[in-house]
Amino acid sequence: MDASAATSVEPVASGATSKPQRPWLRQRSGSVGERAIELGLAACSLVSIVVTIGIVVVLLYEASGFFAHVSLGEFLGDTMWTPTFTDNQHFGVWPLVVGTLMTATIAMSVALPFGLLAAIYLSEYAAPRTRRMLKPALELLAGVPTIVYGFFALTVVTPFLQGWLPELGGFNALSPGIVMGIMIIPMVSSLSEDAIYAVPDSIREAAYGLGASKLPTIFRVIVPSAWSGIAAAMTLAVSRAIGETMIVAIAAGQSNTLSFDPRGQTETMTAYIVRIAQGDLPTGSIGYQSIFAVGLVLFVMTLTMNLVSYRLSRKLRARNRT
Amino acid sequence: MRDTDVPAAKMSTRGLQAWFGKQQVLKGIDLDISARRVTAIIGPSGCGKSTFIRCLNRMHELIPGAGSSGTVTLDDANVYDPAVDPVMLRRRVGMVFQKPNPFPSMSIRDNVLAGLKLTKSLNKRRPAEVVEKALRQAALWDEVKDKLDKPGTSLSGGQQQRLCIARTLAVEPEVVLMDEPCSALDPIATARIEDLLHTLRDDYTIIIVTHNLQQATRVSQRTAFFLTGECVEYADTDRLFTSPGDRRTEDYITGKFG
Amino acid sequence: MSAKLPSSLLRRRDGVVAEIAFVWLARFAVFAPLIVLGWLLGGLAIDGLGRIDWAFITELPSRKAERAGIWPALMGSLWLITLTAAIALPVGVAAAIYLEEYGRQSRIAGVVEVAIANLAGVPSIIYGMLGLGLFVRFAGLGKSVIAGALTLAILVLPIIIMSTREALRTVRDSLREAALGLGATRWQMVRQVIVPMALPGILTGAILAVSRAIGETAPLVLAGAVAYISFAPDGIDAPYTALPMQIYDWTSRPQKAFLVNAAAAIVVLTVVLLLLNSVAIWLRNRYQKRAY
Repeated sequence: MDASAATSVEPVASGATSKPQRPWLRQRSGSVGERAIELGLAACSLVSIVVTIGIVVVLLYEASGFFAHVSLGEFLGDTMWTPTFTDNQHFGVWPLVVGTLMTATIAMSVALPFGLLAAIYLSEYAAPRTRRMLKPALELLAGVPTIVYGFFALTVVTPFLQGWLPELGGFNALSPGIVMGIMIIPMVSSLSEDAIYAVPDSIREAAYGLGASKLPTIFRVIVPSAWSGIAAAMTLAVSRAIGETMIVAIAAGQSNTLSFDPRGQTETMTAYIVRIAQGDLPTGSIGYQSIFAVGLVLFVMTLTMNLVSYRLSRKLRARNRT
Repeated sequence: MRDTDVPAAKMSTRGLQAWFGKQQVLKGIDLDISARRVTAIIGPSGCGKSTFIRCLNRMHELIPGAGSSGTVTLDDANVYDPAVDPVMLRRRVGMVFQKPNPFPSMSIRDNVLAGLKLTKSLNKRRPAEVVEKALRQAALWDEVKDKLDKPGTSLSGGQQQRLCIARTLAVEPEVVLMDEPCSALDPIATARIEDLLHTLRDDYTIIIVTHNLQQATRVSQRTAFFLTGECVEYADTDRLFTSPGDRRTEDYITGKFG
Repeated sequence: MSAKLPSSLLRRRDGVVAEIAFVWLARFAVFAPLIVLGWLLGGLAIDGLGRIDWAFITELPSRKAERAGIWPALMGSLWLITLTAAIALPVGVAAAIYLEEYGRQSRIAGVVEVAIANLAGVPSIIYGMLGLGLFVRFAGLGKSVIAGALTLAILVLPIIIMSTREALRTVRDSLREAALGLGATRWQMVRQVIVPMALPGILTGAILAVSRAIGETAPLVLAGAVAYISFAPDGIDAPYTALPMQIYDWTSRPQKAFLVNAAAAIVVLTVVLLLLNSVAIWLRNRYQKRAY
């Protein structure tokens, strides 16, 4: 329910909404020692702001060296990416962006349906006991290091898929994409489940009271009511897929031309950064600087998604505060 | 019964008992609800009056750990028969809840149509006519006819509750259960809902749970007084409030407890 | 009795099939990922367990897959997580204490909140780039353990701050009032009442942060871990490698024997992680049972 409705339903709305007040928070600390401690703690909390600024500064500073050499038009206009070649250098970022979006799309087409269905099952169907067992089991998936998933994609999933798709390359976008999707399922399911759980029972009762059966109630009432929270989960999952590194670095291969074929080699922005960082490129060289330019694009993309997700989940929280 | 002019029973309960886990909240209720009348259920908090009406359309069993026994009939058919689908029952016995609960994801129009859409029974009926008819019945049409696409939650609390009533009526139930529908509303909004009940009783069998005794006298023809899971007295409203037959009823309506 | 039932009340068949089909589909969605997890872990155990012996743990890496061991990587990981925890824990817990117990109503807390929410979603490789630009190069720490640890510490800071705040929030306000009412200063209240009560929750968060740090690879590639090294670190300025780096190196090699080594190293890494996580779960259970 939104704010205007909440205010008009006075007797119900009051009280439940506000955070507990802590009057002592407004008092100033007395002694010098107390003040010093407070300042020290405050300084620690500022670290997160400093880190955020630090990331932006480092990326901008190093990328500026790159953009002194390469025009933005070339960066966004060319469709070849060969900054480390000695001749025939091209600086079009699109092959990496397309590779990133392709693996992320594959991952999301696994994580979205599985995560959402799992969330619905856990919140609307599973008995409390089953739920208590399954939730931590699913969370185990999120705790496996990504390097392990990369190994799994390369040595198990790719050969397995080749049994079905003989033209699938040893390095491809499909296998790491799918594995990435499986890795993200717990994130999607647990955030979506929180959103579905936050839909008040009175809404469920209203639907059942109208003679609706369970399935229509879930899909036409509960899921739409939890929509902003589910969308926040999905956005965060996309951001995660875009930023995922080791799975694609190990199993997707490398490519410097535009390719839309998930069966062939594909290079993502993250995998490119890792590949270059492993080599011994001299600092200040264009190849070295190029990873920061790519990193900047990656940062802007994930930052946008994270902020959208943050706004969406705030919206959900505000609406359910009745 | 000494009361005169009691029409045929629309719903009846015999030996209706209900539990939450091990705690018994209804201890055998026998009650006949007359068709096309407003029946009020009164009693102190925790007397089982809400549970009683939730047993009538089998909403009670949705609560984990809740159970019931005894019979409830609708037009002489036992609604607890294993062959009965509670979902189908609820289409004939609709419910309005204590707190207005319009669907937050839907517009005013879609809220009214929600019951029909969710049950896929819109069939040949024209949505616009259904919406207008239900909103007129709920005395809300004039206030919202120009903003049917606004979210249902954008209305005031009283309007939201009338929207919920319109939503229930659009399914065309025969019985409407109301669980303290005015307890979250201010006096003006309450008065509008009470006026509404007067016009609705020609077409519907209404059972209203209320903690407000004045409201019971204003809107109902029959009143049942519940106390600790039992029905102490059930009579014409006028008679129950002027000459109660039971000492406990008298104590309650004169404000000695409750 | 049922003979009298009108058709308008009877159970219908349509929709029932759809619902049963849906429930099975949803069940599949929950169990399929778990089956994949079993497949992953089972396969690794089959490939890797046979390769693990005492020499594998204590030997140095080698060009010959059969003779290679993980000693430098294991020690490197140990150095890394010890330093990471030593840096990130005090800062993270202090930041959380400020946000929950002091600055809740200040404007800065709002900005910090957004910053933390955002940092939690920044890809780990970006942290690696920060580490490369800031610690390895700008601060001149070079490719050293401390540069890697600082990078990982920044990476896990949001996790520690968020879980500590969560833990502090479970302590009832009445206890704060009681402490202040006895004449305690705010810091005395925090140190002697609040933090001890929230300690299990704080520790759980710390363990989760450490297990995140121990499995990270991408930031270390950038922040100076080297793939091949033949000695364990002997100080904070020593060059280093780490278990995930060693796994990555072995996985990237064409010879099959190195893949077996990688599987064996993954088994070691997984065992360490499982140990850490069981401690975290044990702490969390203990913690949830305590009611205050």
